Amino acid sequence: MKRRDFVGLTGLATGALWLPSFPGFSGTLVDPARLLEPGLDVAVKKRLADAALNTAKAAGATYADVRIGRYLNQSVFTREKQVQNIASGESFGAGVRVIANGTWGFASTNTVTEAGMAQAAKLAVQIAKANSKVQKEPVKLAPQKGQGVVSWKTPILVNAFEVPVKEKVELLLAANAAALDNGASFVNSALFQVNEQKYFASTDGSYIDQDVHRIWPNFSVTAIDRASGKFRSREALSAPMGMGYEYLQPKAEDKIAGPAGTGLVGYRNSFDMLADAALAAKQAKEKLTAKSVTAGKYDLVLDPNHLGLTIHESVGHPTELDRVLGYEANYAGTSFATLDWKAKGQPYGSKLVNIVADKLQANSLGAVGYDDEGVPTKEWNIIKDGKLVDYQKIRDQAHIVNQNESDGCCYADSWSSVQFQRMPNISLKPGTQKLSVDDMIKGVDKGIYIAGRGSFSIDQQRYNSQFGGQVFYAIEKGKIAGMLEDVAYQTNTLEFWGSCAAICDASDYRLFGSFFDGKGQPPQVSAVSHGSATTRFNAVNVINTARKI
Amino acid sequence: MAILSQTEAQAILKKVLGFSKADECEATLNGQSGGNVRSARNAISTSGGIDNVSLTVESRFGKRSGVATCNQFDDATLRTCVTRAEEIARLAPESPEYMPLLGPQKYLPLPPTFAKATADITPDYRAAQVGSSMVICDERKLSSAAFLNDSAGFVAKRNSKGLEAYQQLSGLEFSITVRTPDGTGSGYATADYNDASKFDAKTLTRIAADKAAGSRNAKALEPGKYTVILEPAALVANTDASLLQALMSALDARNADEGRSFLSKKGGGNRKGEKLFDERVTIYSDPTNAEVPDLMFSGDGRPQQRTTWIEKGVVKNLYSSQYWAQKAGIPDIPRPGGWIMEGGTQSVQDLIKGTAKGILVTRLWYIRPVDPQTLLYTGLTRDGTFYIENGQIKFPVKNFRFNESPIIMLNNLEAIGKPVRVGGNLVPPLKIRDFTFTSLSDAV
Repeated sequence: MKRRDFVGLTGLATGALWLPSFPGFSGTLVDPARLLEPGLDVAVKKRLADAALNTAKAAGATYADVRIGRYLNQSVFTREKQVQNIASGESFGAGVRVIANGTWGFASTNTVTEAGMAQAAKLAVQIAKANSKVQKEPVKLAPQKGQGVVSWKTPILVNAFEVPVKEKVELLLAANAAALDNGASFVNSALFQVNEQKYFASTDGSYIDQDVHRIWPNFSVTAIDRASGKFRSREALSAPMGMGYEYLQPKAEDKIAGPAGTGLVGYRNSFDMLADAALAAKQAKEKLTAKSVTAGKYDLVLDPNHLGLTIHESVGHPTELDRVLGYEANYAGTSFATLDWKAKGQPYGSKLVNIVADKLQANSLGAVGYDDEGVPTKEWNIIKDGKLVDYQKIRDQAHIVNQNESDGCCYADSWSSVQFQRMPNISLKPGTQKLSVDDMIKGVDKGIYIAGRGSFSIDQQRYNSQFGGQVFYAIEKGKIAGMLEDVAYQTNTLEFWGSCAAICDASDYRLFGSFFDGKGQPPQVSAVSHGSATTRFNAVNVINTARKI
Repeated sequence: MAILSQTEAQAILKKVLGFSKADECEATLNGQSGGNVRSARNAISTSGGIDNVSLTVESRFGKRSGVATCNQFDDATLRTCVTRAEEIARLAPESPEYMPLLGPQKYLPLPPTFAKATADITPDYRAAQVGSSMVICDERKLSSAAFLNDSAGFVAKRNSKGLEAYQQLSGLEFSITVRTPDGTGSGYATADYNDASKFDAKTLTRIAADKAAGSRNAKALEPGKYTVILEPAALVANTDASLLQALMSALDARNADEGRSFLSKKGGGNRKGEKLFDERVTIYSDPTNAEVPDLMFSGDGRPQQRTTWIEKGVVKNLYSSQYWAQKAGIPDIPRPGGWIMEGGTQSVQDLIKGTAKGILVTRLWYIRPVDPQTLLYTGLTRDGTFYIENGQIKFPVKNFRFNESPIIMLNNLEAIGKPVRVGGNLVPPLKIRDFTFTSLSDAV
């Protein structure tokens, strides 16, 4: 069955007017006002959760957890001077996960009553018992102390759902106008907002209420030269963030000047959509006549809004323990960073490379108080002084690497999806010596500066990757020397991180992120941030991507 | 609940339209029931199920439109859903691309999109199929990871202009990756069907297992331009972007007319009618094809007809929205579901026999656009890449990264094999000269 057979037939995907809003979202479309209505009272959620936990235990479960989730989202799409779609969604239900006969079982329901919860719990136990017949080793959970009754909330300043839709539409249309005024032929813009109201309870004695917010503004500006038939686009240099609408209220202190001669501006904790749209239009036009790169080895200076994706693909995914062990072999793949490889102690990168995992960073997409199996979140080292020191793991994986503590990075994208190991924030620590981007560029004889997320591809074990970008500038003898086009770099993960030669200091540190990172079968999405400062990599292989057809 | 009959479904939709106070109203019911099993390391890892019917209501006042959904069908819920769609419509901005809802449409006779065998699948059936696959891998001391997903359901549509549509569908897809325990060999197989009675996990498992065992100790070849035989799963993927799907997705009239497509013409207009590919390339869609039966109507209710997209290398048709078709004064053709590339009679084995030197590619992976101007894509070979010499597979080779455009690829055509079903499309294996591999990968 092709998913589009069903999904494509809903009103959401018909023609230009109704675009699909959120990948994987299976809730109902509602009035925007509904997004501000309160969910169930926490005392009611506790009673419902206990109904599931008690039923699961009575049916033979040795462990059970319940997630009662209300997932809210809103998306706004525009192009040029018109609104294409505004969709507000709500999805409400509960998932029950159990261990019975040493085997996982999971069931979900949108009948969130004591009877509905009990029925889902019974079904989860039945499934666990059925699957236990082909189970080879019993599930071993890392111990987890019950957290009691606790809560956590993303520290937002402005709930995006409290901002009138009209105001959001006006912002996107103003950004479009800024792009058109500066020479864009076309512009599409979008705003995604998410609020996960999640209640978790387990037989360990945890009752955790969380209110998680995320936001992502984005646009794509296209410039066309009709005479030559050439077209080029430039996307926004925004990042998806774990923030409220305050991200769209630009502040001067969040703007970080890019290299002299580029006009680029980096954004930290707020985004100036109008200014970036205007610049994007100018840069899209400039790309039409930019010099085509000569293939060869270059020293690359990578902006955090670009490097985040490279970190995601070449460090984030290969250090997921479920991939390392083979659980994703049929879809996303496995990893070169096997337990045997790690045991050999070979370098992952140069000694400058220190990469941390965390679920704590302020304003990040990964930040929560507790993960989706009730584990308090933390920060830990993945790569220290260039060597792989740890993986990302959850409760049923810790014993495999002889540890007895989960890292707190278990996540499900819906109440109806079973939780599994997902990437926490994975970030490159900034340099400890004072170093600005301009000072970094001064030391580069022949190089390329790259900003923005472009084309990206990496193999199923995360060795060989190819990355493009949004804008490329030649660096010659320590100075920016004009825009380049047709640039992509091809590299091997270990060579790439081994060539890391310098990292700017913390004043240049910013978050990049992925709002819809896919994994699993059936696929689930998750959101994850990657922080870094501008970083230099020496002698990287750059190819020219221009072709004649 | 998930599979309502035409009478049951239309009764609910009539009731919904009866509650409407809007200028125009369209209601769509979508039902799906099915399940999945996932395995890894020769054991079941997760399983899940879905059983849901949802209603989508679109209400319109003038050029303003609102959509609401629900998944319960008592009168009060239906009424609330309609009211909500109307409230959203009243608040919505006017759409400059407004097109009135379609009236009654004539659809082709229903093809066999629904099979009872698929609708009757039980958890035991799924466990037995995946179990039979795991036994083969256990016996051969190989490790497998697989995914079996099936569903059966229906779509029903009705609007205030008199449009009425109903169709049942079912489908099953299976994919398996088999690896050697030392991690030096990997093989893959996939298949999809409307009718589950055609499915046998064992046959596909043996193909993947043979490829895994045969791909051990791969040799490194220099990257460069090679003659390749691309198996159908290397041309179209269920789970990822793909070279041929990228080409089909690019046949959008509006993008071409707006100047942002490889089909845009210098100076304006589009390249419909131009010969852009080898003359042996013919691609069409036909929802009545018995091997890849498809929906008879598009999401907005337009009929899906047999449509030729590329004929003997010439671009014959582009798809568009109703709005763009009217504005540009072009034929109003919706985007197709699946599609069919014409081929010959040769199997992959036959193509190998006729190859002096070349590379057999089982599958391509992580395929991403590099340059929309030329439809250049990058990605990598995966799960079974072999060197061919004098008509025989000689040895496995290490995986490559490619940078290639389907447009260039379909001009460098050497031979076309017999089409097989992949992802709801009929796709032949292709033998291509000068396929561009730009670097080596150590991945297995």
